[in-house]
Amino acid sequence: MSDAPAQSVLVLGGTSDIGRAVASAYAAKGWQVTLAARDAKAAAREAADLTARRDTSRIETRSLDILDTDAFRGFLDGLPALPDTVICVVGAMGEQARAERDPVHAAEVLRTNFEGPALFLEAVAGRFAARGRGLIVGISSVAGDRGRATNYVYGAGKAGFTAYLSGLRNRLAKGGVHVATIKPGFVRTRMTEGMDLPGPLTATPATVAERIVALEERPRDVVYILRRWRLVMLIIRAIPEAIFKKLKL
Amino acid sequence: MKDLSGWGRYPRLYGPLATAQTAEAATRLTASAPGVVARGLGRAYGDAAIGRERTLAAPGLDRLKGFDAETGLLRAEAGVSLHDILTTFVPRGFFPPVVPGTRFVTLGGMIASDVHGKNQHNEGTFGEHVEVLSLALPDGRTIRCGRNENPELFRATIGGMGLTGTILDASFRLRRVETGWIRQTTSVAENLSEAIALLGRTSGATYTVAWIDVLARGTSLGRSLILEGEHAGRDELEPRQVPFPPARTGRFGVPFDMPGGLLNARTVSAFNALYYRKGARRAGQTTLVPWDSYFFPLDGIARWNRIYGPHGFVQHQCVIPEARAEAVLSAMLDRLSETGTGSFLAVLKRLRAGTGLMSFPMDGLTLALDIPVSERRLALMAEIDGLVSDAGGRLYLAKDACQSRDTFEAGYPNIAAFREVRRDAGVFEHMSSKQSERLGL
Ligand SMILES: Cc1cc2nc3c(=O)[nH]c(=O)nc-3n(C[C@H](O)[C@H](O)[C@H](O)COP(=O)(O)OP(=O)(O)OC[C@H]3O[C@@H](n4cnc5c(N)ncnc54)[C@H](O)[C@@H]3O)c2cc1C
Ligand SMILES: NC(=O)c1ccc[n+]([C@@H]2O[C@H](COP(=O)([O-])OP(=O)(O)OC[C@H]3O[C@@H](n4cnc5c(N)ncnc54)[C@H](OP(=O)(O)O)[C@@H]3O)[C@@H](O)[C@H]2O)c1
Repeated sequence: MSDAPAQSVLVLGGTSDIGRAVASAYAAKGWQVTLAARDAKAAAREAADLTARRDTSRIETRSLDILDTDAFRGFLDGLPALPDTVICVVGAMGEQARAERDPVHAAEVLRTNFEGPALFLEAVAGRFAARGRGLIVGISSVAGDRGRATNYVYGAGKAGFTAYLSGLRNRLAKGGVHVATIKPGFVRTRMTEGMDLPGPLTATPATVAERIVALEERPRDVVYILRRWRLVMLIIRAIPEAIFKKLKL
Repeated sequence: MKDLSGWGRYPRLYGPLATAQTAEAATRLTASAPGVVARGLGRAYGDAAIGRERTLAAPGLDRLKGFDAETGLLRAEAGVSLHDILTTFVPRGFFPPVVPGTRFVTLGGMIASDVHGKNQHNEGTFGEHVEVLSLALPDGRTIRCGRNENPELFRATIGGMGLTGTILDASFRLRRVETGWIRQTTSVAENLSEAIALLGRTSGATYTVAWIDVLARGTSLGRSLILEGEHAGRDELEPRQVPFPPARTGRFGVPFDMPGGLLNARTVSAFNALYYRKGARRAGQTTLVPWDSYFFPLDGIARWNRIYGPHGFVQHQCVIPEARAEAVLSAMLDRLSETGTGSFLAVLKRLRAGTGLMSFPMDGLTLALDIPVSERRLALMAEIDGLVSDAGGRLYLAKDACQSRDTFEAGYPNIAAFREVRRDAGVFEHMSSKQSERLGL
């Protein structure tokens, strides 16, 4: 590995707790890491931290707003090299009640979880396909597996993203480009701070990162970070709509 | 309302806790309203890390800011834990200049208490190794303090128990070590004067500490095991020993409060006698011990503070000037063994003066004891505090939960200068903890 140029990963949402953990796990493997974030100062803070932690870290930062879809092509063309792996951690829970009243907020939640990430990864996919290899990882959510009263705006955004990733995977399956969909379940991060999360269904950002890095050795299509979530969602999806609509979940 | 009680869980206090994830947020929360103090990992035993009105949680400030492997200079945010620093840098062959007896403390907490380690007699306190720090003040400003910039505020912040402002970040130098192993040598002192003499003689060793059997009486009063330590070199390891053993993760824990009665004079005395005999058998021997079990023996047991039961305990730590140390410590030990007030952990160490205006260490000997709380024992501690004051000694603010204002004022002659720095910086009414309120600090 010492002579060959290091492999590189681009992390969108590099200032989130999950993004940080992913960046750290790749840096530990000796990869070159580029953190993309809308807040340049916050990204610089994470980059300094990662750099101080290892002699070998090579960390860069780039500004990117996932709602600024026109900037995506220029962003990718401006990178010194096309990364080997691109991971999209960007997302926003928003506030369900506010989204019901305020279409501007609802649109922002939908666009942040779906439109932005999907169009960015579309631009990446074209370049990866032309090169003939690459790994694309999208962080979606179990919330996209079935719409629920308490968070369906966020859930619908994630459902759209999940469908998009599955389509991309199908399209690129023959070309050496792999697409992975991550469904973390509950993760203890600042997004869920103060929430009462059920221990057995809650993962740490470090576990999410481990599972993602493992994809480099062994690609998988849809990953539930904690395996029990697969069963939980199987049951939730199996409930007939006539019953489901009356449940409080 | 959060349970903000300190590690000793006495006094039991609750209050609002605001969390800062960034330096900007910490600055804002420091300025927003009076009666605030920062809190690290809450390892102070008493009421130091509890704001008079509200408390600012700083562990979100946990990023490193830079490391220079040539010089060992580490710059880090104040909420970075010692555990994080150790697990990141020990494998790279670096070790902090000074560490306290637990690794679950923050950089900010180590500076604010100006902590001492087992090498205090050689290296001084942690504060001596701090180069610069930045401090958020009540007026919303952030200033840098060091030996050349704002030196008065620097000296007041080191050991200043959070009362000069919120420390946002700081820099200090790590030193190189060849391995993560400590070469430990055990020797036996049959009584207190032998222990004090040995602590004097062994002060050539890098690390030294005495574990003292508080319940031994008569001619054995003050019998101790003296544990010396040195960082082991590569050539001392067996081929199968990894150079940098990883930290143990706490597998054992104390899941609930143990019934108070379980720790009585008889059980504590038996434990101490056993520990002493076991240690005495190793006398003169040298063993290699992994860094974490040498420095942080209790960190392997999560929440061990619950063994003292629901009423909590006080860690009583005093320092007595050299000349009076033997007489006063034996008077203290007499009273403790007379009243059957045992302590699982009683530690005797030699100290030298600290750096900060309010630093605890002075040239002398320090004794630390765990004392479960009861009305009778609080009275006993007040009596012992009188002995400490009369001898010109003082109590450690990071451990204190119940000393009187008189004991405090007698022990800290720099208090007037400290108050003046606080007034000049405009923090006097604003930065305030339950402890500073109790002691009129
Ligand atoms: C098992 C055990 C062993 C110990 N051994 C030793 C020892 O050997 N030597 C020793 O010296 N101490 C020892 N201590 C005490 C401990 O090192 C100190 O209490 C230390 O300050 C705790 O750090 P913390 O981060 O938990 O701070 P906290 O307990 O949360 O706070 C302690 C003080 O620091 C202030 N503070 C915390 N963060 C900041 C900040 N960012 N800015 C300004 N002020 C701040 C608080 O206001 C408070 O006054 C021990 C404690 C335990 C539990
Ligand atoms: N935590 C959970 O339980 C959980 C469960 C399932 C799925 N997820 C998903 O995991 C991902 C990370 O979540 P998290 O818990 O770590 O929460 P988070 O910290 O809120 O992460 C969201 C990330 O998206 C970024 N972002 C939001 N809007 C953006 C925009 N317009 N442009 C660029 N970046 C933007 C945020 O940037 P800033 O740092 O600048 O705010 C942040 O980095 C999200 O996709 C989330 O939906 C989380």
